[in-house]
Amino acid sequence: MELLPGELEQIKAETAEILQQHGTERQELIPIIQEIQERLGYLPKPAMEQVARALDIPEVDVYSVATFYNQFRLNPPGKHQIKVCMGTACHMMGGHIVMDSFERRLEIKEGETTPDREFSLERVACVGCCALAPVVLVDEKVEAKVSPIRVDGILLTFEIEKSEQEKVEEKEQQEGGVEE
Amino acid sequence: MSIADKYNAIRIAAVEKIDKMKEKPHVLVGTATCGRAAGALTILDVFREEADKHQLDIIIDEVGCMGHCYAEPLVVIAKPGFPTLCYGPVDEGIAKRLVVDFLVNDDPCYDFAIAALEPNDEFPTFEDFPRGVIEKKIILADCGFIDPNDIDHYLARDGYAALAKVLEMEPYAVIEEVKSAKLRGRGGAGFPTGVKWERCFKAEGSPKYVICNADEGDPGAFMDRAILESNPHQLIEGMIIAAYAIQASTGYIYVRAEYPLAVARLRNAISQAREKGLLGDNILGSDFSFDVIIFQGSGAFVCGEETALIESIEGKPGVPNHRPPYPATCGLYGKPTVINNVKTLSYVPHILRKGADWFRSIGTENSPGTAVFALAGKVVGTGLVEVPMGTTIRELVYDVGSGIKDDKMFKAVQIGGPSGGCLPESSLDLPIDFDSLQEAGAMMGSGGLVVLDEDDCMVEIARFFLDFTQKESCGKCTFCRLGTKQMLDILTDITQGKGSLEDLNILQDLAEDVKMGSLCSLGKTAPNPVLTTLKYFRDEYEAHINEGRCPALMCKDLITYIIIPEKCSKLCDVCIGSCPTEAIYTRPDMLKAIYLDKCVKCNNCMVACPPQYKAVIKVSPPIVEEKEETVEGGKEDE
Ligand SMILES: Cc1cc2nc3c(=O)[nH]c(=O)nc-3n(C[C@H](O)[C@H](O)[C@H](O)COP(=O)(O)O)c2cc1C
Ligand code: SF4
Ligand code: SF4
Ligand code: SF4
Ligand code: FES
Ligand code: FES
Repeated sequence: MELLPGELEQIKAETAEILQQHGTERQELIPIIQEIQERLGYLPKPAMEQVARALDIPEVDVYSVATFYNQFRLNPPGKHQIKVCMGTACHMMGGHIVMDSFERRLEIKEGETTPDREFSLERVACVGCCALAPVVLVDEKVEAKVSPIRVDGILLTFEIEKSEQEKVEEKEQQEGGVEE
Repeated sequence: MSIADKYNAIRIAAVEKIDKMKEKPHVLVGTATCGRAAGALTILDVFREEADKHQLDIIIDEVGCMGHCYAEPLVVIAKPGFPTLCYGPVDEGIAKRLVVDFLVNDDPCYDFAIAALEPNDEFPTFEDFPRGVIEKKIILADCGFIDPNDIDHYLARDGYAALAKVLEMEPYAVIEEVKSAKLRGRGGAGFPTGVKWERCFKAEGSPKYVICNADEGDPGAFMDRAILESNPHQLIEGMIIAAYAIQASTGYIYVRAEYPLAVARLRNAISQAREKGLLGDNILGSDFSFDVIIFQGSGAFVCGEETALIESIEGKPGVPNHRPPYPATCGLYGKPTVINNVKTLSYVPHILRKGADWFRSIGTENSPGTAVFALAGKVVGTGLVEVPMGTTIRELVYDVGSGIKDDKMFKAVQIGGPSGGCLPESSLDLPIDFDSLQEAGAMMGSGGLVVLDEDDCMVEIARFFLDFTQKESCGKCTFCRLGTKQMLDILTDITQGKGSLEDLNILQDLAEDVKMGSLCSLGKTAPNPVLTTLKYFRDEYEAHINEGRCPALMCKDLITYIIIPEKCSKLCDVCIGSCPTEAIYTRPDMLKAIYLDKCVKCNNCMVACPPQYKAVIKVSPPIVEEKEETVEGGKEDE
């Protein structure tokens, strides 16, 4: 994956800041990379290298932890994260049909991100709302009793939001141009 | 000041504060994760806004899970002079009416109420319903009725009284009490807690650790989450008592990554406990010091296994180790460590306060106390329930859960998650306790209970769990890693109509091999869902294999969606708009029909077709399409 200009510097700065708040013992590894992911959305390779140096452990140890746990992602997530619950209750109430619908609509498979980095699609196990199955987490907000039709609705909301925002931005740019 | 004096001082302050609050009308909104999903935060805002608008002098609090998740969002209103009532599901309109009609005026809106909390002359209580008669709440008793963000609510209900008592006992006496209560671990295996503590107490090495296992990896369960979100202090008190008994100075709570609200409420609870001198150095002025650290897991089911969990806290991949040595003698950083489940530790304050005899008087001889279940699936009363051990599955499903949704037929209960099994109708009278479930081939597990009806395919559910365990296997043991994969492939074939009868024997053999050849219980129990479904629902496997038919109409490759001409209204057209692939067309006679080759089986049209017509149905075995005819029909329409 190519980093955008300026991204590497930002990664380094953020990682250094997080490392400063932690000790250098081995047991700090998971909390550190959890924090990096929380801030950057994923674990960039340079950040993992930096962590390995700081904790004085082989880089491969950082990778093996990062790849062992489902929580960590090695690629940047989409702007909107869609997590379909595939826990027992949700699966049996049609969660797999909901997942299929997202896959079809977004034209990606579970675990992937759309080419425009707008959406990423993941599965999660029970998020603790089985009573409202099947559920989907859309940017951490829980959508209850989701039907395939609701899938269209969710995505449509984002599309409308995006096109409106683009309009606003365009307008701002034009206005900004006039002012300058 | 003695320990008792110190405790009484903070307790009395709390009681005074709460009593004062009780003079005003009080609104409680259940905002645990699942309440939020149902819109509880909006309801909370409505109450706040409306209360402002009418300048009401009332208290509005966020609480956790009341257990009646089927009726969310849930609201409790306590107004002096009226019975305390629980309402649900509450929408914005009802919320506004409750403010105006009940809080401003004096009409309690009984129409929207589910039950009252205490006996009164006006409205039935929860105990007046079958569910309330069977339920016996110990660790859920306060969940949903106290503010988890304010320690004084817990203190005012005798919270931390057990701790104050324990700090004046000999540590070993505490262990004796837990042993005598015969408390068994609620994390799945049912190991006697007192025995575990005793081993750790006697083990050489220091410091010692207490770990609370809040990883809750069962993909269909949410009891621990609800307890953490609703009553965190009960767990913290239990942990401090465990720590005192084994003389540990540090504790960890290992919480699942997906539980951000639980983490936030725990953090807050820990800091409030520190402020009151209940955690930290010299607890309540005694010589005993103990503190708790929260460790967030990172989404690996196997980390619920105790040795893997320890690896994980040490910063390594969560791969299980051979036992013995058990963590009780050689655990975190090689030191003696007690690991207990959230529920196990939550019972501890109650046992120490009310005594081992009281605890043993509930439940069965060998499994005393209660069992907490997350009831989910096709049952009317989904939610969190707590029943005495020994309650039958029938009582749980039909009385506590009010039976099956939509008048469908009961088929099975899935109990114990990926390590458990599916029990059929003939097992309905099985008493729920550690031993009888194990005998039936299932497991208590951590308490997930999913009710399945005639629309649920037993081969598919076995495949679902195998898919889960196969993905979550850490890969250390060959049988667990490859055996589950092979089993999964066979099951997938069967759900696609590509299986053979011989496969069933291979499955059986593989299941035995995986059980034998696995190091930890993930592998040892992974075949349970397959073995129980093979045992109790073999006919469903055979229907898939011999007839290419899925009796529950669930397996996608074995069904076809069709529209029954006699039932279609012709005019409503709803189905056409709902189809993502334009697979539905209008026939010359205006009736609708489906292009079988275009249909992706998304189920939209079946949901969309108005209930008075119900014209879309599924059939199995699938229809082999006659292409030309359908294409022609479509053309004419264009
Ligand atoms: C694969 C696997 C997953 C487990 N997950 C959990 C869990 O989520 N929560 C839990 O308390 N125990 C879990 N256990 C059981 C623990 O290993 C351990 O027995 C338990 O935490 C002990 O606590 P208890 O004695 O209070 O039951 C799991 C075990 C295995 C093998
Ligand atoms: S049984 Fe499975 S999960 Fe357990 S240690 Fe072996 S490979 Fe890992
Ligand atoms: S099941 Fe889905 S794809 Fe098939 S006809 Fe109905 S709406 Fe269209
Ligand atoms: S929604 Fe149902 S009743 Fe209406 S046109 Fe479609 S199949 Fe016929
Ligand atoms: S299974 Fe989806 S929330 Fe529990
Ligand atoms: S009532 Fe909300 S989680 Fe149960």
